[in-house]
Amino acid sequence: MARVAITAPSSAKKGEIIEIKTLAAHVMENGFRRTQEGALIPRDIITQFVCTYNGVEIFRAELHPAMAANPLIAFTTVATESGTLEFKWTGDNGYAETQSASLSVS
Amino acid sequence: MLCMSLQAGEIPLGERRSGYEFMGRDTRAMQDDDSTNPALFWLMDGETLWKRKDGVAACSSCHETMKGVAARYPKVAGGRAVNLEQQINACRSERQKAAPLAYESRELLALTAYVARQSRGMPIEAGWNERTEAGRALFTRRQGQLNLACTQCHDDNWGKQLSGTTIPQAHPTGYPIYRLEWQDMGSLQRRLRNCMIGVRAEPYPYGSAELVDLELYLMWRARGMKLETPAVRP
Repeated sequence: MARVAITAPSSAKKGEIIEIKTLAAHVMENGFRRTQEGALIPRDIITQFVCTYNGVEIFRAELHPAMAANPLIAFTTVATESGTLEFKWTGDNGYAETQSASLSVS
Repeated sequence: MLCMSLQAGEIPLGERRSGYEFMGRDTRAMQDDDSTNPALFWLMDGETLWKRKDGVAACSSCHETMKGVAARYPKVAGGRAVNLEQQINACRSERQKAAPLAYESRELLALTAYVARQSRGMPIEAGWNERTEAGRALFTRRQGQLNLACTQCHDDNWGKQLSGTTIPQAHPTGYPIYRLEWQDMGSLQRRLRNCMIGVRAEPYPYGSAELVDLELYLMWRARGMKLETPAVRP
């Protein structure tokens, strides 16, 4: 079942600003809610998102309990060279997802 | 007299507006862009389930396209109305010989969204029959401790503020929806039950004949309007 989704251009001109949109399927349970019986629901969130471009980190986000489920993270970068964009989400309870996208720059 | 005054409250066809038009710019943008609509996870899961053999066959073993199907549900057969979720489950138990999926489960929502997505942009087709009549009776009947009928908000007072939100016209054009308040995908029946809890009435159980009749009436009320599935709502 699908867990993450990336929307990024597959090609760009050198120096062009490209937009990257990422979605991760996650409940982002904030750790403050209780069940009807009063038991605390343990926190279960994504804590970090990192994007690297040919191995160089270009974007990093720290996520917190106030963030919505299925977080959408959109950002821009400058297309400098052909290569691979790697996306990595990590979080509570050993949550880890990776995805990559290739970009050809002309 | 009461019945007449309630009928008078019905929204003229030309003045009907989808819930989409009552939303803020950000929420609209989320629905407009398939890549930022979180419902895409349910659509992808739905496609996987559609093609996966369950019981003796996969959905895709018999069906090619489901274009237009969601625009014609609920359907009336043998004196009772059947909605899309129930039709999927009927198909599972009768044709696939697979276990029916629980109402509001991720799997059933995913399959329903995947089927309904194929009718996006198509006008809702709904005729009038005795179940629609029953649905209208529910829509116009006062209920709950607040003693309110659906029609009092959604026919007579749409566009006004209820707490911080605008009262929409209650057209079921985009179900199943991704609702920001839920942080989740949900069916029309989940939404109907929410409203019933809101007027402090005891909600009908999922899959009950009353809720399907109400769905049927709402689809008739929205006849001709375009489906937006999967819609995003605040």
